[in-house]
Amino acid sequence: MHFRKQGGSNDMLNFSILERYIDSYLAGFYNTIQSSVLALIGSFVLGTVIAVFRIAPVKPLNWFGTAYVEFIRNIPLLLVVFFFYLGLPSLGITLDGFVCGTIGLAVYTSSFIAEAIRAGIMSVPKGQTEAALASGLTYLKTMRHIILPQAIKIVIPPLGNQFINLIKNSSILTVFAGFDLMYYGDIINTDTFDTFSTYIFVAMFYLLLTIPLSFAVVRIERRLARND
Amino acid sequence: MVRRKWKALGLLITLTAVFVLAACGTKENSDSGSSSPTTSASAATGGTPTIDAIKSKGKLVVGVKFDTRLFGLKDPASGNVEGFDIDIAKGLAKQLLGDETKIELREVTSKTRIPMLDNGEIDLIIATMTINEERRKQVDFSEVYFNAGQSLLVKKGSPIQSVADVKKGTKVMAVKGATSVKNIKEKAPDATVLEFDNYQDAFSALRAGQGDALTTDNAILYGMASQDSNYEVVGGTFTEEPYGIAAKKGNADLVNAVNEYLASLKSSGEYDKIYEKWIGETPLK
Amino acid sequence: MDFKGAYTTANLKFLLEGFYVTLEVAFIAIAISFVIGCVTGTLRYAKVPVLSQALAFEVELIRNLPLLLIIFFTRFALPEVGINLGTLYSSIVALAVFEAAMISEVVRSGLNSVDKGQIEAARSSGLNGARTLWHIVLPQGLRRMVPPLVSQFISLLKDTSLAVGIALPELMHNANIVVGHNYNSAIPILMVVAVMYFVVNYILSLVSRRLENRMA
Repeated sequence: MHFRKQGGSNDMLNFSILERYIDSYLAGFYNTIQSSVLALIGSFVLGTVIAVFRIAPVKPLNWFGTAYVEFIRNIPLLLVVFFFYLGLPSLGITLDGFVCGTIGLAVYTSSFIAEAIRAGIMSVPKGQTEAALASGLTYLKTMRHIILPQAIKIVIPPLGNQFINLIKNSSILTVFAGFDLMYYGDIINTDTFDTFSTYIFVAMFYLLLTIPLSFAVVRIERRLARND
Repeated sequence: MVRRKWKALGLLITLTAVFVLAACGTKENSDSGSSSPTTSASAATGGTPTIDAIKSKGKLVVGVKFDTRLFGLKDPASGNVEGFDIDIAKGLAKQLLGDETKIELREVTSKTRIPMLDNGEIDLIIATMTINEERRKQVDFSEVYFNAGQSLLVKKGSPIQSVADVKKGTKVMAVKGATSVKNIKEKAPDATVLEFDNYQDAFSALRAGQGDALTTDNAILYGMASQDSNYEVVGGTFTEEPYGIAAKKGNADLVNAVNEYLASLKSSGEYDKIYEKWIGETPLK
Repeated sequence: MDFKGAYTTANLKFLLEGFYVTLEVAFIAIAISFVIGCVTGTLRYAKVPVLSQALAFEVELIRNLPLLLIIFFTRFALPEVGINLGTLYSSIVALAVFEAAMISEVVRSGLNSVDKGQIEAARSSGLNGARTLWHIVLPQGLRRMVPPLVSQFISLLKDTSLAVGIALPELMHNANIVVGHNYNSAIPILMVVAVMYFVVNYILSLVSRRLENRMA
């Protein structure tokens, strides 16, 4: 195949772009990390609540939990964020693209985390719950002190994977002018006209985050497997 | 039990085969909207190679907006794209190929139009594109075919009444890849500029209260204001935005033909008709 | 909010046209990614020298990038080096390549989950490597792969919405156009779009659960 590079430079990779726009790249990189970390925390809290709803001995809570999980995880993330971005203002709440995007990410991811946590809780033998309740602990206390600490161990590897997904998915913030890495990539590209180089550098910054995390997840998985 | 497993595997393989076959079948049908003829890329020197290539292809492929009221807007009911730019494009197809239906309209956005032209996917851009020096390095422009100027769209009753009111902390929406981003950053350096993929998303964001004003060319803003009477264009224009038709660099024959067409359009009075049809007034002479 | 103006026959028909493109692109990409993912996953499981390492590198690279970036890169950066696929094929290729990497991992871990003792037993009873894989490992691994595979398919179907960024005329794109004609229809239109995605994906997840129960 004949490679004929178009755009701003004749080199395959134009490193002067990285030099010239390093501030923009770093600003986006920082916002991507910030959004992903906040969304991880949010989705973990929300996911735990929903998971407890799903297994709680109260029927309406079960229904709500199931409906939440099934609905959210079967529609695209883009749509979830659009609801927050365009829907909240009609309720009188206006949040910017970064915040809406991060909330949307947290809500979307929480449906997957809720399932992971539920699976973790279910893996703890039922006898323990019965014993704890029989010894006079309330349901919430049983959850907090007996079941959840054990469930968390099983949940850690899927959580790691969800965090990687979050970082990747945070790229949709660009659609809502959320000032993330992808957004700055788009902006830099309209300046340089060298799409190839511009986005290779964007990719590099994402990999800087996701590759080490992937390795960490694999190591944790191996260690947990060995302990079993 | 074992047999059932193999049945399941067989079913999976069959389904896969069906999907792949279906894929091959649908390729032919769905091609018209998105294939990529690169004829214009291969011919760039001497005589009228670009026009010859378009003639042998039998259609003119033009990149237009699908989301910009008055210039290029897709109607969900009819599936047609309509607007000022579209009428100009159709007239050009008639001039070059003798038939205004020998045209293919491809959707572009401000962000995607230059890459698509560079790649040879479209012969021309007729998409509210301002002529400026920086872009002249990337593409070849025709003469001016529409004179616009950048302005501001705000909610009625907004404290912002002109570009002078755009201050630190004011959130202004714009579109990625548009000249309006650079202009507003010059005129109001302290404002926060939020850039969206297309005008649709930008106006939706303004209506959702995500910012204080939307800036782009007045002609596009009037289209938005006509859609929602709660919004108005304020403060007149603060830049000149002459629109040009863009061809790939080096396609001089095509640019010449476009210029001849524009001249004949103006001298015949046809230009004024198209202008009045969309803008609602006769152009300033 | 304008429900009446949003749910006109023309609008709904236009949305369905978009949904058809969504389904078409998703099915083609699923088929391609399934085949590629199965082959690469099995090759990695079999630990073919050099090839497995090369595939591991490729899979890790793709898996760790945002799909939105891959789609945009395929559509607008590859042409700069002479590979121009157009909107439809860029969408299909980008989705297929990304999901193939994910499916490759599903297949590999599915195969790895099969009890090593069984493999040793099969080998010592005289079966060669390929036959052991085909008769012993694959049937068991496949059962464990069904749920994660189907959830990958659901992901892919949802992910087609990201092609709105390169103006593929799929469901999200057409929804945007409808909203552009009547700005008050935004929320009602988003609601009906959500229902369309939900119905198909929910059916897929139900099928997955049934398959799982049956194979167990």
